Amino acid sequence: MYNFKWTLLMAYRDFRQNKSKLALFISSIVIGIAALVGISTFGDNLSKDIDGQAKELLGADAVLSTNQPLGDQPLDTIATQKSTEINFASMVIFPETGESRLTQIRALDGQYPYYGKFETTPIEADSVFRSGGREALVEKILLAQFNAEVGDSIQVGEVTFRIAGELEGVPGQTGITATVAPAVYIPMGFAEETGLIQVGSRLNYVNYYQLEAENLDEVLKPYEEEWEIDNVRLETVESRKASTGRAFANLSSFLSLVAFIALLLGSVGVASAVNVFVKEKLASVAVLRCLGVSSRQAFVIYLTQIMLMGLVGSILGAVLGSFLQIALPNVFSDFLPVEVSTDVSWKAVGFGLGTGLLIALLFALLPLLKIRKVSPMMTLRPDDGESNKFSADPFRWLVMFGIVLFIFSFSFYLLSGWKEALGFTGFVLFAFAALWGVGTGIMWLIRRFLPLSLSYPIRQSLANLYRPNNQTISLIATVGLGTAMISTLFFVQNQLLEEAKFADKEDQPNMLMFDIQTQQLEAVSQKVTDKGYPIMQQVPIVTMRLSEINGKTKKDNENLVEDDRLSRSLYNREFRVTYRDTLIDSERLVEGKLRTYNSPQDSIFVSFDAGYAGRTGINLGDEIVFNVQGRPIKTYVGSFRNVKFNQVSTNFLVLFPENVLDNAPKFHVIITKTGSDRESANLQAEVVRAFPNISVINLGTITETLENILGKISFVIQFMALFSIATGFLVLISSLILSKYQRMKESVLLRTIGASSKTVGKINTMEYFFLGTLASLSGILLSFLATWLLSRFVFELPFRGAYEEAVLVYIGITLLTIVLGWLNGRKINNQPPMVILREG
Amino acid sequence: MSILSVQQVSKIYQSGSRKLTVLDNVNFSIEAGQTAAIVGPSGSGKTTLLGLCAGLDYATSGSVVLNGHALENLSEDQRAEIRNQHVGFIFQNFQLLPTLTALENVMVPLELKKRKDAKKKALELLEKVGLADRATHYPTQLSGGEQQRVSIARAFANEPKILFADEPTGNLDTETGDMIENLIFDLNKQLGTTLILVTHDPELAKKTNRIIRIKGGKIQEEQYV
Ligand SMILES: Nc1ncnc2c1ncn2[C@@H]1O[C@H](COP(=O)(O)OP(=O)(O)OP(=O)(O)O)[C@@H](O)[C@H]1O
Ligand SMILES: [Mg+2]
Repeated sequence: MYNFKWTLLMAYRDFRQNKSKLALFISSIVIGIAALVGISTFGDNLSKDIDGQAKELLGADAVLSTNQPLGDQPLDTIATQKSTEINFASMVIFPETGESRLTQIRALDGQYPYYGKFETTPIEADSVFRSGGREALVEKILLAQFNAEVGDSIQVGEVTFRIAGELEGVPGQTGITATVAPAVYIPMGFAEETGLIQVGSRLNYVNYYQLEAENLDEVLKPYEEEWEIDNVRLETVESRKASTGRAFANLSSFLSLVAFIALLLGSVGVASAVNVFVKEKLASVAVLRCLGVSSRQAFVIYLTQIMLMGLVGSILGAVLGSFLQIALPNVFSDFLPVEVSTDVSWKAVGFGLGTGLLIALLFALLPLLKIRKVSPMMTLRPDDGESNKFSADPFRWLVMFGIVLFIFSFSFYLLSGWKEALGFTGFVLFAFAALWGVGTGIMWLIRRFLPLSLSYPIRQSLANLYRPNNQTISLIATVGLGTAMISTLFFVQNQLLEEAKFADKEDQPNMLMFDIQTQQLEAVSQKVTDKGYPIMQQVPIVTMRLSEINGKTKKDNENLVEDDRLSRSLYNREFRVTYRDTLIDSERLVEGKLRTYNSPQDSIFVSFDAGYAGRTGINLGDEIVFNVQGRPIKTYVGSFRNVKFNQVSTNFLVLFPENVLDNAPKFHVIITKTGSDRESANLQAEVVRAFPNISVINLGTITETLENILGKISFVIQFMALFSIATGFLVLISSLILSKYQRMKESVLLRTIGASSKTVGKINTMEYFFLGTLASLSGILLSFLATWLLSRFVFELPFRGAYEEAVLVYIGITLLTIVLGWLNGRKINNQPPMVILREG
Repeated sequence: MSILSVQQVSKIYQSGSRKLTVLDNVNFSIEAGQTAAIVGPSGSGKTTLLGLCAGLDYATSGSVVLNGHALENLSEDQRAEIRNQHVGFIFQNFQLLPTLTALENVMVPLELKKRKDAKKKALELLEKVGLADRATHYPTQLSGGEQQRVSIARAFANEPKILFADEPTGNLDTETGDMIENLIFDLNKQLGTTLILVTHDPELAKKTNRIIRIKGGKIQEEQYV
């Protein structure tokens, strides 16, 4: 006897009376769905726009780049247009103020970009720049940093240019690139004159081509092999599109995962609210069973309602998300290389609806399954129905398995790697388990050690946390996880900045000068010591190339089969090497040992960075011949070192022993410590004015850049974390409203037995206070753990607890909880007690 | 022919290592159309016995045959079907479905039987218990006595062969209780239903054909009126 129509009718009848309650709990998933739909819509639009604006992404049809002069290229004759560029890092000076900074100099010739354009203020600056005079285009961020204006001068090496305009956009570049390495464009004609184009400078040569070809691939194909061997990088519109698309697909996957966490938080809210709902319905189910309704029918009556609300919630979320995505291109503007449109993506909407329904189903099923097991005997003896046989229901395990499987498949879909998906699933399970554990742990401690001497309101409010149908644990989990996400973010950011500042406080160097020529060394040292600063390190650098490994030259290596071949980059890169017989603070020996070179009969043993050796396939004992500016030197790999890259110091992939490179042409690095950022700037200005080829980095600038970037990233992450916090509080609000009736009854009861309304108010406030405290402390605890893990294993920094921030987060979350509780409680105290008698 | 036959029924609750024998080898049978009262001190096992007779619970051993069906051989859903076809219930605390109106509460058993005239029939029944004008009210809008009258209308809706009532007047004042008792016995007579009720009220028990006295899980005596 299965009467589906009747079942639906019953579902409808029941729903009439429940809809506001059901609407409440389903609201917990709205934000999660909105976030998910918003992000996927943004992702869809982004990839569509990357496709649509692919040519503007590159600004040319094909780009060749390498670290040696490109010479004559076969494309030169085929191309309709060609532009050349040499770019390198160098100091620029603003003569008006004498300030200086390391930037990316781009000497450009020709009409690049052919697609898209340099966005400049004033607009005509681009043509002024190309008119042949000493005119430069300077990145906006750089001008802002030094209060310089269009029309001011800027000195690059030996040449002073007029700033023709400020650069706001370059094809394919993002705000982040501009922050890390702000660009200064100068005309190619003055490149030589700057004196910066010389042997040993790290120069990058680029050719931009416009090619009118039906099939570009066919045109390029014949040369690709040769370019690869010469270490010439080829970029086409297609390859740029692919790499940009890939990068942003990763970004939007990551963001979707964050949204998914918000959704999962909401789902916990759903499960917990449905649990309350089901408990209230058990008596009705028992009656229905007495009247002859089958357990399956009873189950479907309630499932239908939940699914209906799941659908409503998902639709609401999808609509909200489709509006939300309109704001996203602005939020992410600093990271985007293209203009992103804000069309509605039906694919994303469908994805959101499907996910919402599935998640509502899975998480509601968990408590809903109880309905199947309700005994009709409960009508005669109410406590009979709720025995422990629920947990034995095999379907419960099936549903739990379904949930885990769903989380896994979802993350697999986004991350497309089973290891990553497994990691994410593990992380989610761990986070929830940890919060659940912390929550129950604290509850247990309170229960166990609650001193009876506490005043009555405090004891009562703590006891309230255990009231029947309480959602305390699920609130701790949802609000807690939201808190954990926000505070981890704060803590990590704080940790990184503190680390940078900390480096300044201790007796750590804060200034690094490099590219010092041997004949300049004395003068520079003099300048530093004259001012009373110490020379903390003076390091010689020799540039060389690698010509043979175990007898194999570059050509031999090319002829090997793919699997046996060593990394091409070994033969193509320029090694910047130093020599000494000891390790410095930031280095640690992991294998082999350092061996000195004392007489010409000795073999030369060099030391490699362990990570680099591992990546490229270098082994201990390998015979390596380096070409040191024309002279071959045979060496052996004697040891591997670990190099920490987190302090102002020089780090080298290859370390030679002393007495080998004494006579080789070299550069020098000087590391020093000044008293303040101001002193650093002065010393830097003085050195750069005297020797424009010398580059200087000071810790102040690094910290500033770091702060800038972290600010941008953290804004984005905060924006995402907001979803989680908002969801956590929605769950809180819905649970407060769901328990309103119960609170009302309790408060009336208390008043009836003589408690003043002031005492009742105190009890309620205390309860919210404890709830907020439990949730935020659990979250903060978890985020301390996360920060500790991150700093230990990812950043390799000592853990510094952000205790002040933690206190702020704690106060904020707890206060918010209390305020929400008050808002909810206002109505309770105005209710006449009669309502309770009737509905009891 | 007996409509209900209880044969050597025992009910034992196991809590931990302790065994609690609530019903100990109970035997009796009820003829169709009879009325019977189960009486006894609190905790003697009355409710437990009623639940077993109505197929709401499983006996530990023994057999309950209801209208020719041996309940111990049926699944929960098969028993639900039998309850819908042949059994009516009246509870001490009324047990109306709170989200349904009075009328809809009465309609449920009829709709489950797929009766096309469910609404008409339910209205007639509400009329019989004197609540036709409260048809669209929800249970919370009715007094205790009114709620019990609705539940009586619901119990008789599917024209049950046998009606079970657990202290139907236990939550009501004497006057209202009398009114409810009369209503039950009147309808019972009209429809020729078998009635089994549990009560603490000797006056109510005397109105039945037969009194089954139970103590400590055993039938002490049976008394025919
Ligand atoms: N699920 C159970 N587990 C253990 N013991 C139970 C359970 N249900 C009932 N009992 C016990 O069975 C005994 C009989 O209970 P029952 O409800 O049948 O008594 P009763 O005669 O209806 O009493 P009253 O007149 O107070 O309603 C009681 O001692 C009760 O404690
Ligand atoms: Mg009883």
